[in-house]
Amino acid sequence: MTLAIEAVTVRYGETIAVDQVTLTVATGEVLALVGPSGCGKSTLLRTIAGLVQPVSGQIVWQGRDITQVPTHQRGIGLMFQDHALFTHRSVADNIAFGLKMAGASTSRQHERTHELLEMVGLAGFGGRSVEGLSGGEAQRVALARALAPEPELLLLDEPLASLDRARRIELNAELARLLHELRQTSVYVTHDQDEAFSVADQVGVMHGGRLLRSGSPAEVWRDPQSELVARFVGHEAIIERDGQRFAVRPDAVALVPPGDRPADGSYAGTVTACAFQGDRYGLLIEVDGQQWRVFSADPSVVGSQVKLTLRPDMLSPLIG
Amino acid sequence: MNRSTTTCRAVLVALVLSLLAVGCGGSDADVADEGCPTITLVTYDSFVVSEGLLESFTADSCIEVEQVSSGDAGQLVSSAILTKDNPTADVMFGIDNTFLQRGLDADLFVPYESPLLANVDAALQLDPEYRVTPIDYGDVCVNYWLSELSGEAPATLDDLIDPAHADQFVTMNPETSSPGFAFLLATIARYGDGWEDYWQSLVDNGVSITAGWSDAYYGEFIAGGGSRSIVTSYASSPPAEVIFADPPIDTAPSAVLYDSCFRQVEFAGILAGTEAPGAAQQLIDFMLSSDFQEDIPLNMFVYPANRDAALPEAFVEFGQLADNPATLTPQEIETNREAWTERWVEIVLG
Amino acid sequence: MKTFRSALLAVVPAMFVAVFFVYPVATLLARGLGLDAGRLLEVITGSRFLKIIWFTTWQAALSTLLAGLFALPLTWALANRQFAGRRLARVLVTVPFVLPTVVVAGAFIALMDRFNLDEGAVRLRHTVWAILLAHAFFNVAVFARSVGGFWSQLDRRPEEAARTLGASPWRAFVEVTLPRLRPSLIAAVSVVFLFSFTSFAVILLLGGPRRSSIETEIYRYAVTRSDISTAAALSIVQMVAVVSLVVTNGWLQRRAVGRQGLVADRAVPAQTARQRGVLATTLTGTAVVLGLPLAVLVERSLASGGGYSFANYRALGERVRLLPISAADALVNSLAFAVVAAGIALVIGGMASLAIVHGTRSVSRLLDLGMLLPLGTSAVTLGFGVLISLDRGVLDLRGSWWIVPITQSLLAIPFVVRGVVPVLRAIDPGMREVAATLGASPGRVRREIDLRIGARALATGVGFAFAISLGEFGATSFVGRRSDLLTVPLAIQRLLATPGDLLRGQAMALSVILMVVTALVVFLSDRLHPTSGGML
Repeated sequence: MTLAIEAVTVRYGETIAVDQVTLTVATGEVLALVGPSGCGKSTLLRTIAGLVQPVSGQIVWQGRDITQVPTHQRGIGLMFQDHALFTHRSVADNIAFGLKMAGASTSRQHERTHELLEMVGLAGFGGRSVEGLSGGEAQRVALARALAPEPELLLLDEPLASLDRARRIELNAELARLLHELRQTSVYVTHDQDEAFSVADQVGVMHGGRLLRSGSPAEVWRDPQSELVARFVGHEAIIERDGQRFAVRPDAVALVPPGDRPADGSYAGTVTACAFQGDRYGLLIEVDGQQWRVFSADPSVVGSQVKLTLRPDMLSPLIG
Repeated sequence: MNRSTTTCRAVLVALVLSLLAVGCGGSDADVADEGCPTITLVTYDSFVVSEGLLESFTADSCIEVEQVSSGDAGQLVSSAILTKDNPTADVMFGIDNTFLQRGLDADLFVPYESPLLANVDAALQLDPEYRVTPIDYGDVCVNYWLSELSGEAPATLDDLIDPAHADQFVTMNPETSSPGFAFLLATIARYGDGWEDYWQSLVDNGVSITAGWSDAYYGEFIAGGGSRSIVTSYASSPPAEVIFADPPIDTAPSAVLYDSCFRQVEFAGILAGTEAPGAAQQLIDFMLSSDFQEDIPLNMFVYPANRDAALPEAFVEFGQLADNPATLTPQEIETNREAWTERWVEIVLG
Repeated sequence: MKTFRSALLAVVPAMFVAVFFVYPVATLLARGLGLDAGRLLEVITGSRFLKIIWFTTWQAALSTLLAGLFALPLTWALANRQFAGRRLARVLVTVPFVLPTVVVAGAFIALMDRFNLDEGAVRLRHTVWAILLAHAFFNVAVFARSVGGFWSQLDRRPEEAARTLGASPWRAFVEVTLPRLRPSLIAAVSVVFLFSFTSFAVILLLGGPRRSSIETEIYRYAVTRSDISTAAALSIVQMVAVVSLVVTNGWLQRRAVGRQGLVADRAVPAQTARQRGVLATTLTGTAVVLGLPLAVLVERSLASGGGYSFANYRALGERVRLLPISAADALVNSLAFAVVAAGIALVIGGMASLAIVHGTRSVSRLLDLGMLLPLGTSAVTLGFGVLISLDRGVLDLRGSWWIVPITQSLLAIPFVVRGVVPVLRAIDPGMREVAATLGASPGRVRREIDLRIGARALATGVGFAFAISLGEFGATSFVGRRSDLLTVPLAIQRLLATPGDLLRGQAMALSVILMVVTALVVFLSDRLHPTSGGML
């Protein structure tokens, strides 16, 4: 394993921000840390960067304990939500900063900056002031700046949060492509599970400082294991059968076609929303006061009564 | 931790030392030529002699003189008292008869009787123990502007309370101004206990008070564009008006009210604690010599103490000293200073 | 190594202040109170002294308010509008700050004469208004330059957002801009307050003989009466006031909004006719008010021989009797002192600013206080303190060349620190963190991020340091110096202390030269720093 987070605990005074978190990230893998704001994901990221010191636990990098190594000697790249571009420098100077710190020659700085500007689609922007950049451009510069010194580990803290939705989806895809192409070991912090799922090889869901669940996006989605994780990944509905609680995943629900006789144990609900999602319709159906998410090939009229059946093998059992 | 504080201290000490090294390197005066001592003369800021004068002393005596300035006359005396245990200089020049007793009470000086005192008027020799030597003197007197005077020229102090000169007189707060204090002393010397009534009359006649001389002379007096025609200044002010006139003029535009004059005598003294008393005595002698004495009038606008010294032309022509200036003994002044000024504040400033 | 270096940032300024300020002042206070400790009680309970303390405080507070209000239009214009001559305006506003009080007082008195403010319905002379106006006149520069500089670096988007939400320009200013300006505003207010709190000549010359402040009383007791006990007691009162001010101030500072979006320059050109009108009115108005007293000086400096000529200026090359050296030599002295004083202020003030921003809370507070205290301390206390304490061994600085710029730098450092700290505090910490992840060591982060972003404020502070050193009078006259080390303000004072139009003309010419030199030096120091964009 490249990066190992071993039983890390971080305190801010009385508050426990990160509580006994253990995680590993393989070389070339992208770990997404997700969770609501205040869950400790950013603090954990800052601990990995060395900007925050844990009270216990270790950060291990390629077998070496780096918990005490100062930030500037860790060889990592960091990208912030608000980019934190160096306002007093040009685009090119921002990108070259890390190379300059590493003592790279001017020509090397030049060459690499040029290369990165191409990579992020900003060729020719080098001489500009960072203040005139749009949100998307600033985000690309921040990415280029983080990648320029070829960090072994890239840390991204809500890198897309300041962008508008359309921009975010576009750049999210681009970022995912880039990180995988570069086989860039990364830790990606976001509060948006869609963003996390589309970029990550491994997802860690945090809440109240604790790591509730980790695994591949598919694993976490299919088997969230706890109610908090289930709700977080979008499985709003929770049902109870034979004393066991289950999260209702959209793919576990089927609409009973109008006219068919519903099977035993079917549910009745009212359509409250219907959104076209390209290849299918996403429905929200109110059942016993809960909102179920359901996929359907056909649209439904909002307000109509429907019957639903569940595929028991696809329900996600919840622990605790 | 321990190591870093030690290193830290070392760096700091080095820093301070290098600063000082540069500082000391700047003044080469302490490195005197073989056998030639260097002595320090501390004066008030406005002490000035002609170029080459002190150098001629050095050439004759082989004594280097380093000059240090220490604010106005009050600052000079106060700082000398503060630094008595480790004086900044060997000789002090600039303590006058209004501060003299304070300096004597503080044992600032060691006695020296210069042979040249024979040429100095006995009236100027205010310390019978020769702890200080009179160097120059001058009169603080009321001046009036000749062309703008309303009514008769004032001839006595009483004329200043004449309604004919209402709102014409400007003088200075004795607490903040040395000529202002001298004028207060002049009125006390003239009127005795009646000085309080006199000042009440001045107030009734519209006297204006400023903090300092420049403020009065250039702010309210006609010379500086003000509207008042009578001001407290010096007997040497009319000659200065001629010497520094622009464009040049032949006669003084102002005149002196001799009845109002208070005599100020300035002294030099050898500071207790000097390591070069011999050199200091030679400097005192030099300050009483004709070379130095004749240099005084045009640089400091006061009169030489040595009666053999020749006066410059403008002084002879336009400047006269009062025949009968007011005086008070240094003891009287020092004993009553606070009471007088406080009473003055009550009467004049309310 | 890391702790050593960051400790050095705090230790060097702390040592500097300890040796050259705390030690001398403490020695003097100990001596004074050692003579008569009961005096302190009398001073703080005597009704006369309480009146003086009260007057000193309220006149300083009002002066600060007036200076702030007076400076507001210009500060706004410098921060928000691009216009031809903006850089020059920033430079010129420093000029009043440097002029010797005796000269400004003269110009004020002449103006009052000309506009009949001396007698008649509006009587300014020897009123508290004259004091307040003079303090405001001196201190417009502090607001315009330091607050204006900070303001010009604030991202304008929050105000724009407020405007779109329906706030009028004034509302947007009060609700959004003012809170964001707070750190820099508080810093400027504290400096101006201290300046007015310890002002000496303005009180004496313009306030008339009936007004006393703590500062003038300290002078009166220490100098006229050689009563060091009372002077020390008053100094303690003065310092307690200053310390409580600084502590409140620090508390307000910490409550102020921390990090801000900083931009290179927020100013935009005036676009509509109305905007151009507002700008033109602001600039002309300020120019007239600040310029009139200065114009009087220039006029007087040119008046010679019954007409107008440069004769007074030509005369400055030769030594006048009354002065130990020529005025030109005094100018050389003043410049040399100013270069060294500004250099010390740059290094010590820069280090202190970094330590204040990055140090632990207690280090930061103590250092902040220590750096500001000299500005609020009487020149008499400091000057006499130096005389009796820095008098032995390696520290015998009495009469040395260095004591003058060192003392002046003590008064200049607060201007550097107070200007730089708010800017450093406003830096997005993310920038420092990103720089660290990119391999910049803590020292490197301070150089590459803090010092680069703080460069403009640092340059502004150094400009002030120059100006302060060039115009400083009180401390220079107290510390005791070699007689040939006459400075320009001392020379002007001396020229104005003897009758004669010639001398007065030369004093005015020398004042004008002091103005021009200040403007030039501030112009150059404004250009010294690397950020080329924007106004600087």
